[in-house]
Amino acid sequence: MILNGSQIFVEVLAEQGVDTLFGYPGGAVLNLYDELYRNQHRIHHVMTAHEQGASHAADGYARATGKTGVVLATSGPGATNLVTGIATAYMDSVPMVAFTGNVGTPVLGKDAFQEAYIEGITMPITKHNYTVRRVEDLADTMREAFRIAQTGRKGPVLVDIPKDITAASCEFTPAAPAQIPQMTDYDAAALAKAAELINSAKRPVVYFGGGVAVSEQGCTALRALIEKADMPATYTLMAAGVLNYGDARSLGLIGMHGTYTANKTVDSADLVLAIGTRFSDRVALNPGKFAANAQIVQIDIDASEVDKNVPVALSVVGDAAVVLKALLPLVKQTEHREWFAQIAQWQANDYQPKDSETVLKPHQIIREVCDMTGPDTVYVTDVGQHQMWAAQYVRHAKPRGFLTSGGLGTMGYGYGAAIGAQVALGKNQRVIHFTGDGSFHMNLNECCTAVSYELPIITVIFNNQVLGMVRQWQTVFYGKRYSSTDPHRKTNYVKLAEGFGAKGYHCETMAQFRAAMAEALQNSGPSWIECCIDKDEKVLPMIPPGGGVQDITMQD
Amino acid sequence: MENQQKYPRKVISILVENHYGVLARISSMFNRRSFNIDSIAASETIDPEITRITITVHVDENMLKQMLLQTRRLEEVREAFVLDGDSLQRELLLIKIAADRENLPSLRDIAGVYKAKIIDLSPDSLVMELTGKPEKIDGFLNMMKSYDILEMCRTGITALERGTDRIPGKN
Repeated sequence: MILNGSQIFVEVLAEQGVDTLFGYPGGAVLNLYDELYRNQHRIHHVMTAHEQGASHAADGYARATGKTGVVLATSGPGATNLVTGIATAYMDSVPMVAFTGNVGTPVLGKDAFQEAYIEGITMPITKHNYTVRRVEDLADTMREAFRIAQTGRKGPVLVDIPKDITAASCEFTPAAPAQIPQMTDYDAAALAKAAELINSAKRPVVYFGGGVAVSEQGCTALRALIEKADMPATYTLMAAGVLNYGDARSLGLIGMHGTYTANKTVDSADLVLAIGTRFSDRVALNPGKFAANAQIVQIDIDASEVDKNVPVALSVVGDAAVVLKALLPLVKQTEHREWFAQIAQWQANDYQPKDSETVLKPHQIIREVCDMTGPDTVYVTDVGQHQMWAAQYVRHAKPRGFLTSGGLGTMGYGYGAAIGAQVALGKNQRVIHFTGDGSFHMNLNECCTAVSYELPIITVIFNNQVLGMVRQWQTVFYGKRYSSTDPHRKTNYVKLAEGFGAKGYHCETMAQFRAAMAEALQNSGPSWIECCIDKDEKVLPMIPPGGGVQDITMQD
Repeated sequence: MENQQKYPRKVISILVENHYGVLARISSMFNRRSFNIDSIAASETIDPEITRITITVHVDENMLKQMLLQTRRLEEVREAFVLDGDSLQRELLLIKIAADRENLPSLRDIAGVYKAKIIDLSPDSLVMELTGKPEKIDGFLNMMKSYDILEMCRTGITALERGTDRIPGKN
């Protein structure tokens, strides 16, 4: 059948199983929006306040469900506003397809109104990207984009569509969505060697990341492996929730703000099994000394991650879910009593935050939220101190239950991502957005979106009046010279929330917080709960950049 | 420059899909990852859908491995492999030298030794063309240093493996 570009756009989205997209209209995408108008019953379009919010929403949608997030923006500024969201998704390997309009092909490259070379701009932050130059190429290009976004190590793909392509017509042949093949290959000999190393290790530890968390099978296989081989395990920010809070073999978070025990265990281990993780500088703070006493075995889907940051003794390139499942029968059922006894001694020295009867403490706020909302809650964070506190103190109960910008560290990620998660999972799903006053000011405009779509997102604002994480570094490394981190903002969050049509609460004590939470849990739309905390609250423990566990700080 | 003194020269051959912007993708990735390119040459192959890009770099083995792995991650890359010292590596040089009756005979002598062709001659200058291994070009340029070089241009290395394999180095 003969269809125009806009009809093809909608047909291919439907064919790919897309029922929700996030976006913002504009001149270059008018034809696409006109077609979306006609297809409202098939595709739900969520309009945000800003394209950046839409890009984070698509990301949050993808992280919460495992499905590919889709975002649509107009040319020029619409497209460039997606850049931070695309880069965020790229760094955390989140499947996303971003569509941008562009000026018509006759004026491409002539600096036309609202023209930006988004293909060039997003080249280094996408798995791949396209400019569609012929309407005949549109359908297959879109299909390729969805295939690439979901294949192997997942990530964002951008498709730029000039305006005339959305009006031009051609023959359209429907097609079923491509079956995304799971990467089933791995080197069996290397895997056997890995099993041998695990079986002969006296002091093994598993260090795992997002590559495990992305699949249910991966999580299940990991839990089975650490149980069978009786290994302690530590995880990165991207893998919070794979192990239940309080799991006896879980050592908690690793790295700069990880537990003393997790870092000490990796430092003392004779074998480190690294799975779906990339030895980032926030984990391997000193790559030359990371796991200095251990042989490292790395399992990763991306061959380029092997030896990239830290050289390893052995690697198995493959999908963590597949490789772990194959590894399981090869490892011996065993016990590491002495090793766990040693670890228990370290754990006795782990940092414990002190409760307060009078002022609000971050860990108490988080504990209270977990108590009041239960294990099924999806937590979304922004970036900074509150993000680390959330990673440390949320009682993680499930994968895809902790959405955070790990690699790029995008302040302002949270509200958009929370909207994406709430839209994806429905209004009966409890979504908590933890933020700081710094991060929140970046994109709090998305509150209007949560109001429009009646999303009951509860935003808990840790208001310390300063940019806490930067201030913490200034305290420790810059002689308390608080350059531009103390902005003296006078924002009235209660009034601002009300101005948007949301509910706002101001809390200075635990009793006030409990009351505010109780009320917020009943609201049908978004709520903000401002929690006033001390400006000198720190994230502890902390290992300085380039340092090791011997350099850890556990006291204010 | 620093890398050229520290590390050996390596020649990487990359077969890519012949699309808009593919060269930009490769060079953007090299730049982003701080892989320094000494020379780059690209042209269509016998298959019009495939372009061959030949990149010369000075790197150690670890950096070389990362370069290949990162290059292979790009969607449009079909193959990326190292050409070893046994491969056929050639470069083209064009050089314009101030010449008069006095130094013309000696320039002709040097050209003769290196089999360089004089392709343009004017009353006060000449242009020579030389094809060969990069070492030969370097040697020739060394000889030319004592003359007044007005302009020069070298293409960078283009290379093929010996033998009958069409796409060597598959791995």
